[in-house]
Amino acid sequence: MRKRALRIVSGLGGVVAILAITPSVGFAQDYVPTTQDYLNNIWVFIAGVLVFFMQAGFALVEAGLTRAKNVVNIFAKNMTDAVVGILAFFATGWAFAFGEGGGWFIGTDNFFLTGLDLSAIPEGGLSPATSFFFQAVFAATAVTIASGAMAERTKFWSYVIFSAVMCAFIYPVIVHWTWGGGLIADIDINGAVFSDFAGSGIVHMTGGIAAFMGALFLGPRIGRYAEDGSPRAIPGHNIPFAILGVFILWVGWFGFNPGSELLADEFVSTIAVNTMLAAIAGGFVTAITITLVAGKPDLAMIGNGVLAGLVAITAPCGAVTPIMSVVIGAIAGALVVGSVLFFDKVRIDDPVGAISVHGVCGFWGLISVGLFATYDDAFLGREDAGLFYGGGIDQLLVQLLMAAIILVWVVVCTGILFGILKATIGLRVSREEEIQGLDVLEHGLQGYAPDMAHTS
Amino acid sequence: MKLVTAVIKPFKLDDVKDALKAIGVAGITVEEVRGFGRQGGHTETYRGAEYKIDFVPKVSLGIVVADEAVDGVVDAIVAAAATGKIGDGKIWVTDVERLVRIRTGEEGTDAI
Repeated sequence: MRKRALRIVSGLGGVVAILAITPSVGFAQDYVPTTQDYLNNIWVFIAGVLVFFMQAGFALVEAGLTRAKNVVNIFAKNMTDAVVGILAFFATGWAFAFGEGGGWFIGTDNFFLTGLDLSAIPEGGLSPATSFFFQAVFAATAVTIASGAMAERTKFWSYVIFSAVMCAFIYPVIVHWTWGGGLIADIDINGAVFSDFAGSGIVHMTGGIAAFMGALFLGPRIGRYAEDGSPRAIPGHNIPFAILGVFILWVGWFGFNPGSELLADEFVSTIAVNTMLAAIAGGFVTAITITLVAGKPDLAMIGNGVLAGLVAITAPCGAVTPIMSVVIGAIAGALVVGSVLFFDKVRIDDPVGAISVHGVCGFWGLISVGLFATYDDAFLGREDAGLFYGGGIDQLLVQLLMAAIILVWVVVCTGILFGILKATIGLRVSREEEIQGLDVLEHGLQGYAPDMAHTS
Repeated sequence: MKLVTAVIKPFKLDDVKDALKAIGVAGITVEEVRGFGRQGGHTETYRGAEYKIDFVPKVSLGIVVADEAVDGVVDAIVAAAATGKIGDGKIWVTDVERLVRIRTGEEGTDAI
C-alpha cells in the first residue's frame, strides 16, 4: 500500500518539478513516459468519460421523477451544469483548486489552463490534460446534484448563474482544501489525516448541501404540502427514465471510484468490487425498508437506495473490505429512506431525494472511513485507521472536522448566492408559470408535443 | 339522463373532482385533450424558425347525471374550475339515450 502513496507523491512532485523548470509554452519534456505511465493516463481519461456520462444519468433520474410539463427544463438544467459548469471550471475552477501559488485557501495560477505543459506526463503521474479532464467532470457532477432538488420551480437563468459560481469558486475551493493540499489536507490529529478517496464529502456532500440550500430558498412546489403540512405526493412521469438513469449513474460510478486511483493498477478492480457491493446493498436494504414503511417495494425509492450506497462507498472504497462495503451500503440504504421522510416532515421539497442521497449519505461515507478503514488508501497513510479496527477516534475526528468545514463553507457561500439571486433577478418562477409548466414559458419548447399540437 | 362534458384547465382537475364528490357524483371519466377557444395560442421559436402553439393542454371530463342533478353539477364545476383568467374552459350538456351498468345489467337512472 505504501507503494501507491509513494507513486502518487512522486507523481505530484514530478509535476511540480517539471513546471518549475519548463517555460510556459511547449517545451519537450525531459522525462520519457513508460508504458505504465501511458496506461495510467489512458485509464483515468476513460474513467473521466464514464463520469461525464453520469450527466445523462442524472438528467434521466430527475426527468423521470418530475412532471412531463417540465421535462425540457430539467434536461436544460442538466445540460447547463455540463456546459456552464465545465466552462467555469476551465476559466477559474481548476486554477483555484490546483493552481500553483496561493496558500491554504486557494490556488492563484493556471487560469484558463495557461502556464501548463498540457500533455506532459510526469513520472508515475498524470498529464495536466488528463488531470483537468478528470477533475472537470467531477466538478460537473458536484453541481448537477442540486438541479434535482430545485426542479420544477427554478428560474432557468438563475440556475445558470448558480452553476457558474459553484464550479468557478465554491466547489474548487473545497477541492483545493483537500485534494489540492490546502486547509483540510493540513489537518493532523495524532497522525490522522483526511481521507475522501473519490469524494463522498468533497463532491456529493457538497452538492447535497447546495441542493438543500436551493430547496430551502425556493420553498416547496405548489400543492406539495396540504394546508395542515402533510406531504402530498407529486409522482414522477416516467419511472423507466428514472431507473435507466440509476443504471447509467451506476455504470458511471465505475469511472468515478476506480478512476480516482489515478493509476492503472490492481486496486482498480478491488475498488470496483467494493463499489458494486455497496450499490446492491443499498438497493436491497432500501427495498426492504420502504416495503416495511409503505407496504410495497417502491421502485423510485429503491433507485435512490442504489445511489445512496454508491455515494456512501465513494469515500471509503479504497480502505475497506468487501464485507464492510456491504455494511456501509446497507446502512446508506436505510439512512436514505429515513432522510427522505424527514425532509418531507420539515417541508423541504426535494423532488428527487438529492439532499438525502448525496448530502446525508455523502456525510455517512466520510464518517464510515473513520469507522471502518482498514487498508491504507494512499490518503490515510496507515493501516487500520478505523475505529472498529483499533484505530481509535482520531480518524473519525478528522472526518467529522472535514465534514463540518465543508458544511459551513457551502452553507455560507450558497446562502449568499441564493440570497442575492432571490433579491435581484428572482430565484423562483411565477405561480402561473409553475402551474402551466416551465417548458413552453422558459424554453419555448414542449417535451412531448403530439404532432397535432402545433402549426407553423 | 344527461351527459355533462367540461373542458377545464388541467391543474383544476383535483378541485373539480373534490367538488363533484362533495355533491354526490359517483363517477367521472377524464381525458387529456388539447384545445383552444378565445384563449388562442402563442408563437414560439424552434431552432430559429417560428411556430404557433395553438392547442393548449386541457382536461375533458364526462359525467352522466340524472336530469334533475344537471344544474347542481354544472354550478359545482363552474365554481371549482373558474380562475377568472382566460382559458378557464367550457361546459356543455347533451342527452343520453340509454345507460347500462356492465357489472349488474342495471339500466337507466339505476345505472348512474
